[in-house]
Amino acid sequence: MTGAGRVAAPMVEARGVRKSFGRHEVLKGINLTVPTGSVVSLLGPSGSGKSTFLRCINHLETIDGGEIDVAGRLVGYRRQNGKKYELKPAEIAAARRDVGMVFQRFNLFNHLTALENITLAPVLAKGVPKDAAAERARQLLSDVGLADFGGHYPSQLSGGQQQRVAIARALAMDPKLMLFDEPTSALDPELVGDVLDVMRRLAEQGMTMIVVTHEIGFAREVCDSVVFIDDGVVVEEGPPAQVLGNPVHARTRAFLSKVL
Amino acid sequence: MTPTPAVADEPIVRLRHPWRWLAAILILIVLAQIVVYVATTDAFRLDLVAQYFFDQRVLNGVVTTLQLTVLAMLVGVVGGVVLAVMRMSDNGVLRAVAGGFVWVFRGTPVLVQLYLWFYLGTVLPKVTLGVPFGPTLFTASTSDLISPLTAGILGLGLNEAAYMAEIVRGGINSVDRGQSEAAEALGLTPGQTFRRVVLPQAARVIVPPTGNEVITMLKLSSLVTIIGMTDLLGAVQQISARNLQTFPLFEVAALWYLLITSILTVGQGMLERRFARGHRGVGSTLQLAGA
Repeated sequence: MTGAGRVAAPMVEARGVRKSFGRHEVLKGINLTVPTGSVVSLLGPSGSGKSTFLRCINHLETIDGGEIDVAGRLVGYRRQNGKKYELKPAEIAAARRDVGMVFQRFNLFNHLTALENITLAPVLAKGVPKDAAAERARQLLSDVGLADFGGHYPSQLSGGQQQRVAIARALAMDPKLMLFDEPTSALDPELVGDVLDVMRRLAEQGMTMIVVTHEIGFAREVCDSVVFIDDGVVVEEGPPAQVLGNPVHARTRAFLSKVL
Repeated sequence: MTPTPAVADEPIVRLRHPWRWLAAILILIVLAQIVVYVATTDAFRLDLVAQYFFDQRVLNGVVTTLQLTVLAMLVGVVGGVVLAVMRMSDNGVLRAVAGGFVWVFRGTPVLVQLYLWFYLGTVLPKVTLGVPFGPTLFTASTSDLISPLTAGILGLGLNEAAYMAEIVRGGINSVDRGQSEAAEALGLTPGQTFRRVVLPQAARVIVPPTGNEVITMLKLSSLVTIIGMTDLLGAVQQISARNLQTFPLFEVAALWYLLITSILTVGQGMLERRFARGHRGVGSTLQLAGA
């Protein structure tokens, strides 16, 4: 399941994705294609549905309509005989191993050290030997500038350090796709730069990334395209220079005038 | 005017607390009187207390009490985890059954439950294991199965399970939703997520009240004397029924219970520190990175 031979295929393709919480429809038919190797940022006002859409991509939310393909495979279902069969929990877990996720509030495992946070999933879900997993974890910690912090518990790390450990934890599973859900929104301003630097380097290495963010600067410099979502639909998408510099839609202009 | 000339040099007179001293002295006088009274009054028979403290029958009773406490707590903790998971299940029948269990077992006195288990044989003479409405695999008389020990373990343990269910549920609910989301996003199965991420963190919240439950159980287990078990309390009752030294023998029981609960309290403190790992960084800064 390496996806070889599908290099030209998009990493993520969403068609008419709908999602409701109770009677409130949050996603009203999202269409989006993310080519392999590209970095896409999702922009939009709070409550626009951008985080919900991101969570749908790795099935943390179940969608009510439409469908999402990740690396050519349907998310959450198996298509057979003209029907979509819901996947079993173990199958969903297996599919998620290809998709890394970074959360706004880090969600590091509080009872484990930084190193243990990183090794837990490779050992449990992929059967990587403990020594090899620890070796890899040390490498990843050093990559995110935290080589000396493997023995620290999350409560002993700053927010910026926790978020970098969280990125290392996701990378330890060798994902094909990384999802970032407002990764710098819970950080003190002076800590944002370190996290963005790690993300920038990841983008340079060719990782496919979808980033929900309010960091317009990051979107402009690092992203291949910017998608503006409002009220559950994609309003506008294109290269950063176009969407951020010369938006077509009034709603995009109104949003940008508030955040810039 | 020169700045701050003779600031720090005058002596400071601390506020005095005469009432504190008075209260302390009065209480110490009362305590001294009690100690002197106990030491000089023959009716306490401290010699008998010392003599019976290590009496073989008393020691056997202590062992029975400890066995009963451990087994009943085992039933209680395992049952409590199962009930808590059932109560949080997506399956409505499981939720309702667990809710009904807690309702019945918390809603009746444990003393009554002990009697009901002990006399179960009068309404259910035989216990049969087999395929429902099909062939029988195993059958036995209830009075053979339910010894006083079994009745005691069931009575105390199932009652405890109802309380533990609430404690476990509170612990599981205390773990932030983001923890299991992160685990599932990494590709862990729901079972792995529960065992390796949620439960270890819930334990921090579950352990302290469970320690209290163990101590309560140790004392509550003395109720089994009413169904004819010779635990610590039963042993001293039997001895005192013969030699009529009632008060000294109950002193023996009280001292044993106090000794065991004191040891348990120390153990509880150690367990709490163990499970507080990662919170306020207990004992972790030393084992440094990459080690």
